[in-house]
Amino acid sequence: MAVRVQAEDFDVGAELNALTTGTRRIGGLAVFVGLVREMHVREGYHKDRVDALTLEHYPGMTEKALEDIEAEANKRWPLEATLIVHRYGRLEPGERIVLVAVGSPHREAAFEACEFLVDWLKTKAPFWKLEQTPKGDKWVGAHDADDKAAARWEK
Amino acid sequence: MKVRYFAWMKRTVGVADEEVSPPAEVRTVGDLVNWLRDRSAGHAEALAESAAFGAAVDKRTATFDVSIAGASEVAFFPPFTGG
Repeated sequence: MAVRVQAEDFDVGAELNALTTGTRRIGGLAVFVGLVREMHVREGYHKDRVDALTLEHYPGMTEKALEDIEAEANKRWPLEATLIVHRYGRLEPGERIVLVAVGSPHREAAFEACEFLVDWLKTKAPFWKLEQTPKGDKWVGAHDADDKAAARWEK
Repeated sequence: MKVRYFAWMKRTVGVADEEVSPPAEVRTVGDLVNWLRDRSAGHAEALAESAAFGAAVDKRTATFDVSIAGASEVAFFPPFTGG
């Protein structure tokens, strides 16, 4: 189990190698990599071009929140390895924001736990996105779809 | 006690954090919100709609009925948008 919050980029291959080295119990490794995408074509309401994002977070709380989410995943599924790396600071379209990797003896648990971790970290970890557009900076609002995605794991 | 603000709330209040000493009758997060609103026009604006923001007490998410007794840090922030 590991959680990191950092400004610098991460090397997906190196992270996955490190995560799986030394264990022979992982039969499936599910991986999610979140990227900054160009958002000027997004769902109609977002008409301004986005030049970059700045991710603000709450140092100290962020790590605790991610560790809580990771612990919850480990309670719900039989996992052999989990890793969450989340970046903060200024990021341009195409850059990596977040890496979630989950190793389990079986693929079902790995897929489900990976999706769970991504859904929950979006709504339960203290990050805020500020978009830089030609018309000025705009704070990103919470999305109903993200809340719904997170809520389906509540029990 | 330290109070911290994040994202747009920080800009609206005008400071990232501040030391405050609320009176004894300010017992919960919700009490603190009410009390902080009187500090400035920026506070009043940022904290106007309780449904628009969340809180944490000592770096754990907290609802407005949570006690702040003995807390060293209370934070206010808009909904999270990471990932």
